[in-house]
Amino acid sequence: MKQLKIALIGNPNVGKTSVFNALTGLNQHVGNYPGVTVERKTGTFHLTNDTKANIVDLPGVYSINPNSKDEEIALNAIFDTQNNDFPDVVVLVAEVENLKRNLFLFSQVKDLGFPVILALNMADQMDKKGIFVDVPALENALHTKIVLLSARKNHGIDALKQAILNFNQPQNTPFFDLKTVNENHFSTIEKVFPTKNLYKIWLTQTGVYPFEAINTTDFKANNLDLSTSEIKKLQQRETIKRYQFINDILKQTYTVNTSKATDLRMRFDRILTHKIWGYVIFLLVLLLIYGSIFELAAYPMDFVDGLFADLSTWASATFPEGKLTDLIANGLIPGLGGVLMFVPQIAILFFLISILEETGYMSRVVFLMDRIMKPFGLSGKSVVPLVSGTACAIPAIMSARTIENPKERLITMLVTPFTTCSARIPVYIIIISLIVPKTYLLGFIPLQAFVMTMMYVLGFLMALFAGWVLSKIIKAQRKSFFVIEMPTYKLPILKNVLLNMYDKVISYIVGAGKIILALSIILWFLGSHGPTETFGNATQIVTGKHINDNLSDEDLQSEISGYQLEHSYIGIIGKSIEPVFKPLGYDWKISIAVLTSFAAREVFVGNLATLYNLGEDAADDEAKIINRMANEKHANGTAVYTLATGVSLLLFYAFAMQCLSTVAITKKETNSWKWTFIQMAFMTTVAYFAALIAYQLLK
Amino acid sequence: MTTLNFLKKSQKGKIIAINTDNVPLKLIEMGCLPGNIVEVLQIAPLLDPIYIKVNDSYLSIRKDLAKEIEVELI
Repeated sequence: MKQLKIALIGNPNVGKTSVFNALTGLNQHVGNYPGVTVERKTGTFHLTNDTKANIVDLPGVYSINPNSKDEEIALNAIFDTQNNDFPDVVVLVAEVENLKRNLFLFSQVKDLGFPVILALNMADQMDKKGIFVDVPALENALHTKIVLLSARKNHGIDALKQAILNFNQPQNTPFFDLKTVNENHFSTIEKVFPTKNLYKIWLTQTGVYPFEAINTTDFKANNLDLSTSEIKKLQQRETIKRYQFINDILKQTYTVNTSKATDLRMRFDRILTHKIWGYVIFLLVLLLIYGSIFELAAYPMDFVDGLFADLSTWASATFPEGKLTDLIANGLIPGLGGVLMFVPQIAILFFLISILEETGYMSRVVFLMDRIMKPFGLSGKSVVPLVSGTACAIPAIMSARTIENPKERLITMLVTPFTTCSARIPVYIIIISLIVPKTYLLGFIPLQAFVMTMMYVLGFLMALFAGWVLSKIIKAQRKSFFVIEMPTYKLPILKNVLLNMYDKVISYIVGAGKIILALSIILWFLGSHGPTETFGNATQIVTGKHINDNLSDEDLQSEISGYQLEHSYIGIIGKSIEPVFKPLGYDWKISIAVLTSFAAREVFVGNLATLYNLGEDAADDEAKIINRMANEKHANGTAVYTLATGVSLLLFYAFAMQCLSTVAITKKETNSWKWTFIQMAFMTTVAYFAALIAYQLLK
Repeated sequence: MTTLNFLKKSQKGKIIAINTDNVPLKLIEMGCLPGNIVEVLQIAPLLDPIYIKVNDSYLSIRKDLAKEIEVELI
């Protein structure tokens, strides 16, 4: 079988991914370039029965001068002949509407010496927009094969395949004559390096990529050295000249009847970026997203949760009693459940986000919100992660991928877990019910609900504050600029939306899943093992102690579980670190509950229930737990849960990391243990001191 | 002669010069070039960023960048 390598390149928002999806369907993979978290999308398809094509979808670029580290790495695919993705043929996807700018990129790729096929996407829109392209004349002028297609309607895909199959070898004559930029400089280069590609030497000199080893003495001897600002001036001149060259070609081959062009964009923009309506609509969109991930996802989440709980019960009942069964039933299955439980939220969130991006609305949100977020080191695009963080930080951190500026993206990912996620709700409800009286503020606002709302506000403010602090500390890797394109409004293509959603879910399951699973198993081990003389003999010890108490089997079992947790390794660790938590007002039981809920906050309530010998089932019975906690006394007879302890716990859970899944996803998305650790340390420190100060002031 | 950040909504200007040292090549490649016409389509509610049309590209840029672009009102 013959193999052909193809690179798909083009400006952002020209429908490049649609072309990729139309060509490859489900035969595609998303991975990272080795060692870096730059997405690498590849796929395969058949050109004929015996010719297979491997295609790589490079991220959207406006030119081959990379503007970010990510683009640099991705463009290496067409720069570096040793790169696995180095193509035999380049397909440049362009949009008929902004042909001028698309041809700018085309001219650069062509000058690198590639055989290029120009795929003019959205050709079905030409009539409507009053665009006419003289295809044969343009093919002639550009020395290339042009394919008209509409990926949206699946038109022209076969023609594109045919063109790829019949691609011509590159012509060695350069397309654009660099000597028009500076006769002297480029003629000299040509004389000094007669056998080499002039454009590649120029790109080597500008620092884009070391295409040709330049002997610096050859350069100096011929007065070819240029200062940085001279290079930049020449680049600017090159850009002007290229555009002039393209304009001349388009004058002959391309006409737009502007009277036919619709003003759809302006009509939508007038409302969507309006100083009042813009924010109102955005708020409604947020409510929709928020409602969907909160309400809609609750059903499949409960289903998955229930399914794995049943599976766990079934496993422990069916398999022979022993360590292995225990591991499967209480370590592996709940761990797996913990991973899969978040899939519905991730799927729904990314379904909605990709619709917003495909339609072009997201750029308008960025435009609306940028000024508000800027002082906090964030960008307009940080709004989405911060808002979706109120459901769950995992999909939220993943959604920060849309932020191009590396510093703003990093800060967004680091501060997102401060927003109040749904896992904090059970903890808040229990504590608030304990310490906040059921009275009304100003006579009509329920005080408990008010405190709950304030916890959300607190989380959001903390995220902004942390962003402000981090923006002062983190050094920008490169000077970044805010230049975003405001794309045309489009109807989303369901196939693209679903494929994007599928990518994100798989990447979560594979990436974060293994870490979550591994750590759940470790926590299971620490929680279900302990020194033999106490833990191992728990049943005898507890039974012996209650021999005359006439306890029901169920109560006795709860007492045993509580005793076991107390004497398990994690219980021992909890007791030994009690001094650390004492200044915050926590006794050893709370310390253990806090410690075990490091993996996931929602475990806090269940573990407290176990420690108070209520049995795990009581975790669902809030009234019972609240009642038991209200009566909990210190050895000296004072109540454990006072206002001071309560506020201290609320603040601790508001700020502390306490979520393994988030740690895992931060590691995956930042690709750095350093930032993962800094995030964890930062949050834990803030949580500890906030709780400490609150307790010491209130006690 | 003024700079792009001072243009009001729906005003047009012809680009006269660009401070090459402070403007990314990306903006120039999008067509923000001397001689081209730039139009301010919209200014964000909090007065920054601005939404412009230049060389058939629709872009949003922050004002700190717009002030590096010299224009002549037309």
